[in-house]
Amino acid sequence: MGQCQCGNSAESKEKYLAPLKTILEGYEGKQKDLIPVLQKAQDEYGYLPEEVIKEIANALNLSLSQVYGVVTFYSQFHLEPRGENIIRVCLGTACHVRGGGQVLNKIKEELGVDDGETTEDLKFTLESVACIGACGLAPVIMINDDTHGRLTPDKIPAILDKYKA
Amino acid sequence: MDTITLTIDGQQVEVQQGATLLEAARELGIEIPTLCYHPDLSLHGSCRVCVVEDVKSGRLLASCVAPVNNGMEISTNSSKARVARKTNVELLLANHPNDCLGCDRNGSCELQDITHDLGITRVDFEGEKRDLPVDASGPSLKREPNKCILCGRCVRVCEEVQGVSALEFTERGFNSIVSTGFDLPQSEVNCANCGQCATVCPTAAITEISEVDKVWAALEDDTKHVVVQTAPSIQSSLGEEFGMEPGTVVTGQMAAALRRLGFDKVFTTDFAADLTIMEEGNEFIQRFKGEKNLPHITSCCPGWVKFCEHNYPDLISHLSSAKSPMSMFSAISKSYYAEESEIDAKDIYTVAIMPCTAKKFEKDREELVGDTDAVLTTRELARMIKEMGIKFETLADEKYDEMLGAHTGAGTIFGTTGGVTEAALRTVKEELDGEPLGRLGLGFEGIQEASLEVAGQTVNVAIANGLANASKLLDEVRAGNSKYHFIEVMACPNGCVGGGGQPLPTSKEIKQKRALGLRSIDESDSIRKSHENPMIKKLYDDYLGEPLGGHSHHLLHTKYQKRDRN
Repeated sequence: MGQCQCGNSAESKEKYLAPLKTILEGYEGKQKDLIPVLQKAQDEYGYLPEEVIKEIANALNLSLSQVYGVVTFYSQFHLEPRGENIIRVCLGTACHVRGGGQVLNKIKEELGVDDGETTEDLKFTLESVACIGACGLAPVIMINDDTHGRLTPDKIPAILDKYKA
Repeated sequence: MDTITLTIDGQQVEVQQGATLLEAARELGIEIPTLCYHPDLSLHGSCRVCVVEDVKSGRLLASCVAPVNNGMEISTNSSKARVARKTNVELLLANHPNDCLGCDRNGSCELQDITHDLGITRVDFEGEKRDLPVDASGPSLKREPNKCILCGRCVRVCEEVQGVSALEFTERGFNSIVSTGFDLPQSEVNCANCGQCATVCPTAAITEISEVDKVWAALEDDTKHVVVQTAPSIQSSLGEEFGMEPGTVVTGQMAAALRRLGFDKVFTTDFAADLTIMEEGNEFIQRFKGEKNLPHITSCCPGWVKFCEHNYPDLISHLSSAKSPMSMFSAISKSYYAEESEIDAKDIYTVAIMPCTAKKFEKDREELVGDTDAVLTTRELARMIKEMGIKFETLADEKYDEMLGAHTGAGTIFGTTGGVTEAALRTVKEELDGEPLGRLGLGFEGIQEASLEVAGQTVNVAIANGLANASKLLDEVRAGNSKYHFIEVMACPNGCVGGGGQPLPTSKEIKQKRALGLRSIDESDSIRKSHENPMIKKLYDDYLGEPLGGHSHHLLHTKYQKRDRN
């Protein structure tokens, strides 16, 4: 789980952690800034690998457990690599009654992943969400910041193709 | 400060503003059951077992966190409060494994006690039982998250008292558990193995890794010569396991019980504490005269040593290189004792009875492995005595065996905060200026200091118990503005009398009674200075030569290792 991609040599580890060092500048010992630091680190790395969390804990003078506790509490933080494209399928009440479940099943089938998983090529991460506030477009999904509404399962392959390039 | 007047169960009480309802009730002698509350820790208010009714509003309040208000009318036992309290405990039980009979804490479990006290005979809720993995990776502590009721006492003691935070709440909602970073095994994290978590855990979610079976096997093995050493602090705590008052001195009955268990020789770690003073005292004198590696910091506490290795690796050179009394004893048992008794060292099996869970870790350290064969906590020893059917309280006093059983009052007070300092200074002062040490007048506070004149120079000493307190002193050393020459650190509050392996339940009052028990032994001892222990003198004359000499250095000193902060 959450293994860093930095390889084993000290040199490549240093290179891998260089952007994090920049993020951490000015935050040394500032325990109250843990959440913004985690957000910035996740923006940089796409997720929060163990090595990154350790560095953050050391820099903010926290224990690994304390940081891990915060990371696992908030659903915004991820310990696994995430796809380039994040698909959020709405299963709120309106989408549910208008076939959101079938849309989700079609995406699962197309990508070969389950809810909450990431494709092996790291192109897509699939998540179901409770409501994205676009009930008028139900059933609706979001891919990154794009909204796709009034969907039927047969429209899914063409939409996904746009993001595969 | 302003006072507040309120009524609890029809009785008026006046308390300080800011007090909690629980404190106000206790002022009146009214007991309210609690689970997540702990007097030594910050307030949490999560278990809702201590709910009481605010009569005017009809609201239920968690008394451990709810502050008092003027004119409040509180009922601790209205039907509404009693039903809610009972329901809250039943909800905890709905998710709790129903295996009390086979549980380590059967008989000393707070959840079990509350269930009994509230008259809960059945649980009508069918809750989900979790099947989370048990972490028995050792070497000191076992975590069984299925038995955890999420009271958070372990998390708080680890953070607030020890400054370690090896344990933390992770995940959320029903998935919440107390765990380590990345759920790493206990053996791979920054845990000091002090076991304070185990002493505050109301259930058996955290317990020591038991070595009782190993010791039974050794005792039953005819080819083994099994010797046992008992740590100083056990003498005034073991009796609690057999219904005696905390602080009762049971040295003689303990020696008798150990013989009944089948140990070939019954010795005492107090002897090795005297030996530690000879080595460490002379090491301090060397450093003090040479002004090198000061402050000198004690190293007999394995929880403290590991904490230092993780958090102050730059200060390792300040640690005494002397092994702890336990490891010195074990090394001597397999060298000098083996030769004197004409027993092959490989046939000697050395068991240490310790108040401590971290001693199990110390035993397995790569620098010390092979010295000690098994470490039992005070609780584990009591379990063996009970299993054997020995009526501890009726045993007649017996004495330690000769040779490694000779002890002094100095060795005995090693078991309480300040004791190592006092024992060391009794010897150091006499060695330097020939004058005996006056009273140090130490109490039980988390950080204490003293100054004394020795041979025309001032020696400043500081004592810390609890690792968060130790950090305060160590941060000064690191910053280069520490005025101390000698620092004693014990990881557990009040020192070894408050150790992670001591009888349960425990409290500040109980720990202090145990400490007073040790002091009473010291005060009545005919020999109170380590360097006057006749067997210690003989050991140096016959075998070791001089303190810090070649032979001593090889047998009685050790090294430390830098460890990652996280």
